[in-house]
Amino acid sequence: MLKINRERFEELFTLLDKQGRLYLPVAKDGKTDYAAWSAGSAVDLAATVTAKSPKGLFFPQIENLMEFTRTGNKLALEARPLPVEKTIAFGVRACDLASFKLLDKVFLKEPVDEYYAARRANCTLIGLACSEPEETCFCHAFGIDLAEGEADVRTYQVGDELFWEAATPKGEELTAAVSGLLTEEASGAAKVAKAKTAVREVFQKMPLAGLKLSAEKCKAPNEIFADKAWEELSKTCIGCGTCTYVCPTCHCYDVRDHDGGERVERYRCWDSCLFSDFTNMSGGNPRTGRLERFRQRYMHKLIYFPDNNEGDFACVGCGRCLQKCPVSLNIVKVARALGVTENV
Amino acid sequence: MCDCQSKRDALVPQIAVITKIRQDTDDVRTFRVEKPTGGRCFDYLPGQCAIISVPGLGEAIFSITSSPTNKEALEFSIKRCGRLTDYLHGVEAGQQIAIRGPYGNSFPVEGELKNKNLLFIAGGIGLAPLHSVINYALDNRDGYGSLDVVYGARSTQDFVSYEELSQIWPDKPNVRVHLTIDRAEEGWEGHVGFVPKFVQDLAFSTDKTVLVCGPPIMIKLTLAALAAMGFGKEQIYTTLEMKMKCGIGKCGRCNIGSKYVCKDGPVFRCDELDELPDEY
Repeated sequence: MLKINRERFEELFTLLDKQGRLYLPVAKDGKTDYAAWSAGSAVDLAATVTAKSPKGLFFPQIENLMEFTRTGNKLALEARPLPVEKTIAFGVRACDLASFKLLDKVFLKEPVDEYYAARRANCTLIGLACSEPEETCFCHAFGIDLAEGEADVRTYQVGDELFWEAATPKGEELTAAVSGLLTEEASGAAKVAKAKTAVREVFQKMPLAGLKLSAEKCKAPNEIFADKAWEELSKTCIGCGTCTYVCPTCHCYDVRDHDGGERVERYRCWDSCLFSDFTNMSGGNPRTGRLERFRQRYMHKLIYFPDNNEGDFACVGCGRCLQKCPVSLNIVKVARALGVTENV
Repeated sequence: MCDCQSKRDALVPQIAVITKIRQDTDDVRTFRVEKPTGGRCFDYLPGQCAIISVPGLGEAIFSITSSPTNKEALEFSIKRCGRLTDYLHGVEAGQQIAIRGPYGNSFPVEGELKNKNLLFIAGGIGLAPLHSVINYALDNRDGYGSLDVVYGARSTQDFVSYEELSQIWPDKPNVRVHLTIDRAEEGWEGHVGFVPKFVQDLAFSTDKTVLVCGPPIMIKLTLAALAAMGFGKEQIYTTLEMKMKCGIGKCGRCNIGSKYVCKDGPVFRCDELDELPDEY
C-alpha cells in the first residue's frame, strides 16, 4: 500500500494544491473547519468532526447566482458562470462523505442544480478513516463505516504514517500526480487492516453504539406527526437554527436580491426551517409556532426524506447537532422519543 | 469536469415584458406577458405556475391565468397583497420583468377530466388557476361535457375577468355561469350569499368532476358542502398555496408531508390531501 510520512505532509499539500484548490480541516480561533490550504495552515487531521460540515464546498453558505441591470423599464440579466475551478477535499470523514450522497439526491435530481453539480464534478475527494470517534458519533446507525468512507482516495492514519489508496479513476489520476511523494510499503495493508479493526472495536464501546434507526418499525407518519411528544421535545428549542447550519444534510435555502440601484445581485444562501418567517407568506403562515417548525425539521429528516429517497434518513450521525445545540436538543433524543429507533 | 459553459441553472429566469394590463378590480390586475421579441415565454398546462421576478424585490410564484391554447402570451391575474405585487400594480405596459417556469403539476385536462361534466367553484382571486382550465375546455369543446362555473366575489366590483364571466362564457353551448356576491347591492339581481351555501342551493348532480379554488376558509366549507351533497373526494380537485423560493423541490419551503407543493402540487385531488398533515 502507498504511504507518506507526516513530516512530508506539507510537501503533499503543496503538490495537491497544484492539482486543484485544496480544502482541508484547519484549526483557527479554537475550532477546526474546512478552509483553503495555504503554506503554514494549521492543518488539523486529529479533529474527527469539524465544527461546520463540509457541505459548503458544494453548497456554499452564500453564492451569487446572477446580476440584473435596470435601464428605464428594460432589464438585462447575466447569470454567474458556473464554477470551473478544480478542487480537492482532503481529510473528509465517512459521515460527511455519506452526506454528499444525500445532498446529491436533492441537488442532482432533475432539474439539476448546476452550481452544485459543477462543484461536485470538479472535486476529488480524499477520505480519511476515523481513528478517534467522539462520544456524539453514531454514523453506524445509517450503515456508515467510520473506517471506510466512500471517496476517490481513501487514506488511513496509523501513527505518523498516512496510508493512501485510490478507489476511483479520479482517485487514480490524482494518485499518479502525487506519486513522487508516495512510497510503497508491503506491510501497509496489514497495518491498515489492524487499525480498522481497532477503531471499529473502540466504536462499539461508545455511548451511542447501540442506536439503530428504523423507518419500517416506526408508527405511521400521521401518527408520529400527531404524537404528544412534540410538545415536550420542542419546549426548549429557541429556534436559533444552529443545528441546521452545522448539519451536513440540511439543504434548505433562500434566494434574495441585493438592490444596488442600477444593478441587482441575486444570491442564494442557507436558510432554516426553524426560522419563523421561513414559510411566511402574504396569506399567512402555515407553521406559526415553535412546535410546528421543530416538528417539520425532524419529520423531514426521519420520515419525509426517507419516503422520497428509498428509505434513506436525512442524517449521517455526525453528531454535530448533539455537540452544538445550546439547549441540548438533538436528533437522537427526538428519534428515541418518537419510537423511530429500533432499540436503546 | 462539467460542461459548464453551455449549462444554465434552473433558477435563472428569462427576461419578459408586460405588454398589456387590465384593471379587473380595485386590487386585481391581469397582466399579459410576452418575450421581449414577442411570443409566449414557454409551454405549460392548465394549473401550472410561473415564478415572476422583479429584480430588487425578488420572486413570487403565480398560477398562469391564461389557457395554453392562447399561444401568443401568458396572462396572470394578480391580487395586490405584498411588496412584489404592490410593485406590479404600479407599473405600465412596456415594463420588463423576469420569468421562469412552468412549475408544478396541472389539472388532469387530458386525463381524468377528459369527457367529464366539469363544475368549477371559485372565490375571489381563486378564479385565476381555474380560468386557465375553463378556457382550455372551451377551446377543446368536444373533449368535455357540461361546464358549470360558480364564482363568488365580495361585491360586484370584485369580479375578476367580468367580461368573460358575464358575456363570453354564458353564451357558449352547455355552459352555465352562476355568480354570487357576499352582500346585497343596489342594481344586482343575481345571487347574494357565500359560495359553499350557494353550491348546495344549486343542487348539482354528482356526475360532475369538481375543481375548487379560493381562500382557505371557502375551500374548506365548500368541500364540506360537496361531501354533504354526495360528491366523493376522488371527484374533487383543488390547489394549495405555500411559500416558495426555488419552484423545483429543493429549497424546502413548500414541503408538506412528503410532498413539495411546487412540484408535486399545486393541484391535489382531495383524497390525496387527506394523507398530508394539516399544515397548509
